Amino acid sequence: MNGLFSARRWSVTLADSAALWQGFFFTLQVSLAGLAVALVVGTIFGTFSTTRSRILRGIARVYVEIYQNTPVVVQVFFMYTAGPQVIKAITGAQTITRIAPFVLGVVGVGLYHAAYVAEVIRTGIEAIPRGQMEAAQSQGFSRVQAYRYIILPQTLRIILPPLANQALNLVKNTSVLALIAGGDLMYQADVIVSQTGYLQGYILCCVMYFIICFPLAMLVSWLERRAKEPGGRAGGARGEKDAGGAGAAPGTTKGEVA
Amino acid sequence: MEIFTADNVTFMLQGLVNTIVIAAASIVLSILVGTVLALVKTYCTGKLRPLAWLVSAYIELFRCTPNLLWILIFRFTLKGSGVAISIAVFTTFTSAVMAEIVRGGLNAIPRGQFEAARSQGFGFFGMMWHIVLPQAFRHIVPALFSQCTTVIKDTSYLRGIDVHEFMRNSAVVMGQAVTLPQILLLYGFVFLTYFVLNFCISLAVRAYQRRLVAA
Repeated sequence: MNGLFSARRWSVTLADSAALWQGFFFTLQVSLAGLAVALVVGTIFGTFSTTRSRILRGIARVYVEIYQNTPVVVQVFFMYTAGPQVIKAITGAQTITRIAPFVLGVVGVGLYHAAYVAEVIRTGIEAIPRGQMEAAQSQGFSRVQAYRYIILPQTLRIILPPLANQALNLVKNTSVLALIAGGDLMYQADVIVSQTGYLQGYILCCVMYFIICFPLAMLVSWLERRAKEPGGRAGGARGEKDAGGAGAAPGTTKGEVA
Repeated sequence: MEIFTADNVTFMLQGLVNTIVIAAASIVLSILVGTVLALVKTYCTGKLRPLAWLVSAYIELFRCTPNLLWILIFRFTLKGSGVAISIAVFTTFTSAVMAEIVRGGLNAIPRGQFEAARSQGFGFFGMMWHIVLPQAFRHIVPALFSQCTTVIKDTSYLRGIDVHEFMRNSAVVMGQAVTLPQILLLYGFVFLTYFVLNFCISLAVRAYQRRLVAA
């Protein structure tokens, strides 16, 4: 641990920090695009599993189980190693084209977290009483319209906290790109540390991840508090579970960590 | 060339054993550490408040930074066997998650339980051990189990520091795979192994939840 406060080591590392910032913005871009993929794909599969069609429910179930029960590292490595060959076999191209790290990151992390988003969406929709749908349909809404105007708005309040939590985990999981030399923040930090031999590169990297993730963590806490406020459906009914007992802090997380 | 030779399969299964050892050891250790952290964060009030703040800072730090970063930092600063370092680092960041899970369980316990325990003359630790924690843990069994699958999956990040776990050993074997069918078969095997391991855990959780509902 000596040398942790060495001014020289810090200045050497800071001199290289341009690469770190480059990685920072790369990680940010992968995260945003990955989040978009996760939300779109997750919403589709989440809605699938609440439909009456057995086939759609089955497809959603299989997707969620496969993606949730295998590591994202293996998934990304699979696309990295086998992806180009599969593409070659399908298109019949002569040469192997590599998949860009950006695409690997977005698709890899996006599809992995889509499985979690799907489960969040499913629980959110199932939390809305059946009577809501019946009432909507009796008022002349089609099924799609009922989802759009009645079910989804109510669902949002329930699902936003776990969704924000997924976004947080998604950012952290983009670091999987470092294992395939993907040019993300984690990778750049690793390069700097192996060049300089100083821990400082990792510390800077830690701070940069914190810059992205801490606001997200705050957002999760805020959304959780808001979802608990009276006026929401979760409000009155379960008074005995009031977290106030034993002087506990508000905003208990349910411990749903991906 | 044949990929699934006896040697290769044994080699990969040795990695799987390491994966399970690392995951099991760090899950047990982090439940212990996490419980202590949760108790400190929830019940250290008054003069002991700063301790609770310290725990909050610890939890936020590991919640907001990737596991791979800490794996690399531990490899960089600690000497020792790969498996020992892996257990150390996984315990470190999983404890932060476990603390939040246990805290959720603590907060789910009605106030009356505390008052009843006090009225029966229990001290703080007696109350925790006999009354509060057993109930809290019953609440959080599903969350604990799903954290187990997360830990098992995340051990594959250890490939980054060349610990001989399942993913890394399979990747070594992957070096021999040349044709596309070989690669696909090998990945199929890796996916299936992780899947069976984790799916068994999720089945156990579901069985437990059904029993809970039935009870």
